[in-house]
Amino acid sequence: MAQNAAIELKDVSLSFGSNEILTGIDMSVEPGEFVCVIGASGSGKTTLLRMIAGLLPPTTGAVLLHGKAVRSPTRRVAVVFQDYGRALLPWRRAYANVSLPLEASGMPANQRPARIRQLLAKVGLANHEDKFPGQLSGGMQQRLQIARSLAQEPDTLLMDEPFGALDAMTRQTLQDEVLRLVAERKTTVFFVTHDIEEALYLGDRVVALDSNPGRVAYDIKVPLPRPRDQLTTREHPEFLRLRREMFEIMNKIHA
Amino acid sequence: MTAALTKSWRGWLLPFSVVIGAEAWFLFNPILSDTLAAPSKIIRGAVETMMDGTLLRTTYQTLFGAAAGLFIGMAAGTACGIVIGLFWTADRLSSWSVEMLRPIPSVALIPLSLLTFGYGYRMEYAVVAWATFWPFLILTQHALKQIDVRLLEVSRLMGFGIFSRIFKIMLPAAAPRLFTALRLAVGLSLVVAVTVEIAANPQGLGYGLMVAQESLRPDRMFALLIWVGLLGWALNYILVRLEGRLFAHRAPGLAADA
Repeated sequence: MAQNAAIELKDVSLSFGSNEILTGIDMSVEPGEFVCVIGASGSGKTTLLRMIAGLLPPTTGAVLLHGKAVRSPTRRVAVVFQDYGRALLPWRRAYANVSLPLEASGMPANQRPARIRQLLAKVGLANHEDKFPGQLSGGMQQRLQIARSLAQEPDTLLMDEPFGALDAMTRQTLQDEVLRLVAERKTTVFFVTHDIEEALYLGDRVVALDSNPGRVAYDIKVPLPRPRDQLTTREHPEFLRLRREMFEIMNKIHA
Repeated sequence: MTAALTKSWRGWLLPFSVVIGAEAWFLFNPILSDTLAAPSKIIRGAVETMMDGTLLRTTYQTLFGAAAGLFIGMAAGTACGIVIGLFWTADRLSSWSVEMLRPIPSVALIPLSLLTFGYGYRMEYAVVAWATFWPFLILTQHALKQIDVRLLEVSRLMGFGIFSRIFKIMLPAAAPRLFTALRLAVGLSLVVAVTVEIAANPQGLGYGLMVAQESLRPDRMFALLIWVGLLGWALNYILVRLEGRLFAHRAPGLAADA
């Protein structure tokens, strides 16, 4: 079973000099699973995501994707950053931004337009393909980044507080869109957030990190029915119970 | 808008009164000077240089010499800047050479260039290319260092090779800064080209200035001088406008509708 885990972290730790960031992380994510990682700022959750993405090697331990050690980024893993304004290419229009991974994977130029338009339509940007990122609202820019990440056809999606900079309404809409998009393709998701409710609403599992150094404090299943709904899910007794439990855990961790 | 107009109108006030004052002064002191000329005479000199074809010919020569030299300096400077900016080893290997060679004033190379290439365009290209090579080299290097790390991560995550990384991510990302280098270098190329022509090369506007001086024609000299100033101003104006056009869409928050 461990062999075909989508993501597996084996006793992973990371230090910068004498500064220990993460220690003894053991975690595995099954294919198609939606795992949310929460923790206060400084708990190393973004660092953990960067190690899975292959942007940062662990000091000790191993990061495995489908049983293979990660050495550098791979196209099977896509990353959505929180700072969409920095992650999008400001000189490329929406259309050309989505085209980027297709160019990287060597898709023939005549096959790209249909794929790009399909992806833009999926995230509701069909009418904005000629706009530059700077001409789009924050929510639309984040949609664009999501469309770009999906163009990679990743089997694993790493999302680093993707909705942290958005207003509450936009955030809820995008949460539902992401759930719909990843359910379609059964994508594995590793979702970093600092918002307990967001973690419970989206995840099959929530992993809480303790800080200084970052380590797994708690790992709970979220047995809420899917598809999730902004009203009924958030009013579900199990949701409320888990929310209370998570709050207590986080309070204990940071006490 | 009105404020801008009034301001630009006021900006004309000083040069205009200098011209009127000069004309009046020459009117009341009718001297024949070897170094100064009345504005009306300068205008006549300008018309003369235009009519006899000197202006067009020398302008073409200077602009061609400056542009060709600039092009060589830009190509070489940007290429070296990319290599040094990207590869740590290249940076280490070249740092001493750059520090030693860069302070050599470009005009100090005029004798060497004259000896190597003789009179004509080639010696002018060589000196202009040398002068513009350095700003391109240094600014390209800096522009690459200042690219947002997030964009570099994105290009790694996409799995681009080194060439795609340079041409699809790094150079476009650095383009606004590279354009600033171009704008600086264009001004510099004009200055150096005219200097080379004054000092050694018998062609172009610089030589025209020397001829006017040697034939005791301050009117023609001032006419050419004003023309050189106008050329430099016009080139910069065009480049500033172009810069706005090219990079305006990069500014964030142009039409945020939430």
